[in-house]
Amino acid sequence: MHTIPTRGKRLLASVAATGAGLLVLTACGGSGFDDEGGDAATSGGGGGSLSILIGSSGDAETDAVEAAVAAWSEESGVDATVQVASDLTQELSQGFASGEPADVFYVSADQFQSYAANGSLHPYGSELDDADDFYPSLVEQFTYEDELVCAPKDFSTLGLVINTAAWEAAGLADDDVPTTWDELTEVAGTLTTDDQVGLGFSGEYARVGAFLAQAGGTLVDADGTEATADSPENVEGLTYVQELLASGSAAYATELGTGWGGEAFGTGAAAMTIEGNWITGAMENDYPDVEYRVVELPAGPAGQGTLQFTNCWGVAADSANQSDAVDLVRHLTSTDQQLAFAEAFGVMPSVQSAADGWKELFPEMTAFIDSADFAQNVVNARGAADVITDFNAQLEGLENGDPAAILGSVQTNLQAVLDENAS
Amino acid sequence: MTAVPATAQPRRRERRGPGSARGREAASGWLFLAPMLVILGLFLVVPVLMALWVSLSDWTGRGSPLSSDVGFVGLDNYESLLLGGGLATQDFGTAMRNNAYYVLLVVPLQTALSLFLATMVNRAALRGKGFFRTAFYFPSVTSSVAITVLWLFLFSASGTINAVLAKLSITGPNWFNDPQGVLHLLLGTVGVDAAPAFLAQHGFLGIPLWEWAAGPSVAMTAFVLLAIFTTSGTFMLLFLAALQAVSHEVEEAATMDGANARQRFFRVTLPMLRPTVFTVVTLGLIGTWQVFDQIYTGTQGGPAKTTLTPAYLSYTAAFQNNQWGRGAAIAFVLFAIIVLLTVLQRVVLRERDVPRRKRFHRDPPAPLAAVAGAVGTTGGPGAGATTSTTTGSDR
Repeated sequence: MHTIPTRGKRLLASVAATGAGLLVLTACGGSGFDDEGGDAATSGGGGGSLSILIGSSGDAETDAVEAAVAAWSEESGVDATVQVASDLTQELSQGFASGEPADVFYVSADQFQSYAANGSLHPYGSELDDADDFYPSLVEQFTYEDELVCAPKDFSTLGLVINTAAWEAAGLADDDVPTTWDELTEVAGTLTTDDQVGLGFSGEYARVGAFLAQAGGTLVDADGTEATADSPENVEGLTYVQELLASGSAAYATELGTGWGGEAFGTGAAAMTIEGNWITGAMENDYPDVEYRVVELPAGPAGQGTLQFTNCWGVAADSANQSDAVDLVRHLTSTDQQLAFAEAFGVMPSVQSAADGWKELFPEMTAFIDSADFAQNVVNARGAADVITDFNAQLEGLENGDPAAILGSVQTNLQAVLDENAS
Repeated sequence: MTAVPATAQPRRRERRGPGSARGREAASGWLFLAPMLVILGLFLVVPVLMALWVSLSDWTGRGSPLSSDVGFVGLDNYESLLLGGGLATQDFGTAMRNNAYYVLLVVPLQTALSLFLATMVNRAALRGKGFFRTAFYFPSVTSSVAITVLWLFLFSASGTINAVLAKLSITGPNWFNDPQGVLHLLLGTVGVDAAPAFLAQHGFLGIPLWEWAAGPSVAMTAFVLLAIFTTSGTFMLLFLAALQAVSHEVEEAATMDGANARQRFFRVTLPMLRPTVFTVVTLGLIGTWQVFDQIYTGTQGGPAKTTLTPAYLSYTAAFQNNQWGRGAAIAFVLFAIIVLLTVLQRVVLRERDVPRRKRFHRDPPAPLAAVAGAVGTTGGPGAGATTSTTTGSDR
């Protein structure tokens, strides 16, 4: 009998302990949420504060964006904080799923369609006054259902980067700069020595695709409804790349024991590479002693061609503060601000009115911005990322593969994705 | 344990009364469990159920998956993943192939190596035992990201491994960039370069059988080595603990029976480690089927998708391509595979001949006789004699 009272006491104690524990738990949770809410409410003043999520290439970019945002804050009186994502896509996805995404953020071209399709983005193109100033091809990249959804942030094109020391050592002169495929083959052969290949580049669609463009090929037709990956033009372009690789005067960066074209070029494993204007930063930081020049990519059977890559400033559909957010984007994409970004971290402005200013800033890099005239957008259909990943995987085996078969499988996969999007 | 039936009867009756001591006991039991149940429910059960729902829905990643505009699509996600035959199926098939070879290589090798290391450092006559125990365990306590980065350097085209191989006049492969399957390479040496028609035409999960037969790529074997290197230390610790629980008398008795070192290990020690082997193999299976961080930091599935794994594919499908339903479906298929293999393994490793494990300690003669009998069947010369000496000495 005497055990029951003890049990009773224990029961009481356990009730008390559990209750207290739960209280502590709820208290923690509650106060945590309250804190956040309070911060947002108080620091935002009347209109609420803005959060900006960026994927930064380094301190230079972070500092430049922070400075630009701070200047806008001062002017508009709206608080804004810049956060640097370590994995932008993942953090954006988490934000959209939680219903509380950042107000303004970078959106890459290949993610754009899926975010626009699920309604995560606030389409503000019509609210911009000088949307005509953006390069038309960039506007096209960020148009969803005939509406400009977000403003192009900046862009990059691919150019041919040449190591001047190796160039001179091989006895080549200024007028030997290749302007056709035949000349490229010849020059690459001349530049190839025992410990350096003529041309080294990453074995992926984002580089190899430039040759497809030069042959006159595209992966999708102008409407974006039909895949055209297995066109004779594309086969011709890919066959040329295969011949280059087979000749031994060109190689993928990975085969040279390097991670990307810039590294192959900087370490001297390749005398020429195909990269975008971001290579300048890498050369400055990692290989300051290597002298180089940048020229436009040679023309193929269908004339000149290159690929362009871009990002836009997305504004969240779930943002409570869209008018301020759009105002911030207007400030960030203004000609002067874009030139300031260019000066800070070398990007190319997305507005045509800044092109001349950019050429003055970077006289040796004009080839990049001149290439905008014949640049092709990369495929950005929703779900196409998987297809491109698969294409890249197959391109790794291009040297011993069959270009037509590779493009055939890309055609099948891409058409399946386009059909699915259309249905 | 034998006394249980007698006392259990009245207690069961007691429970019926709500105010009885038994009922109060149960109530306080539940109360004690409550915090844990709340935490498990909140962080485990609810997310798992939500993921299950996502795998059956067309959620696009915006807003709550439970909101009204998310549609139920039944098994569509599973169907396009497993039967669709499109890129989704091919990717999943490739990931399954890669991971299957990874598991097939890592689990046996790491179990064998860790058992070997454990027996080595368990020996009485080993100098610097503490040093070796620490050294072998060291990779396990290092962050997997750090080790992966180290591996990328070691196995780069001009890295340390290839430098050592060059000293031996072997041209090392470009490890992390070599997508060629090891089995394909081996077949290539005997002249089989192209797929036989049968293997090329038939396929499973969207990829031809010839691709299934590729074996792990050279890049994947580097990851296999990495996994063995990092996890064998942990499992060595498990085996070491089990080995130290094996009583010395058993070993001695086996020695008296005339068993040599080999027989002692395989016929006496190893059977006694069976529960630990089960643990190690189970943990190994689960860990290897879920391999993610090495892939994420190391190769992102490349070269040519030969290090793509279901876990990484699930991540990219959901977070990068906004195919949340597919990502969740991959996760659940992976879960099913792990459960299936664990159950299968449980069946295979079940102790058939010894009904209750404890009997081993209570009644040594019987299993030892069985041991000796087993030795006898393999043709050990003094088998009959040892049986008689065992039983004789014990009596």
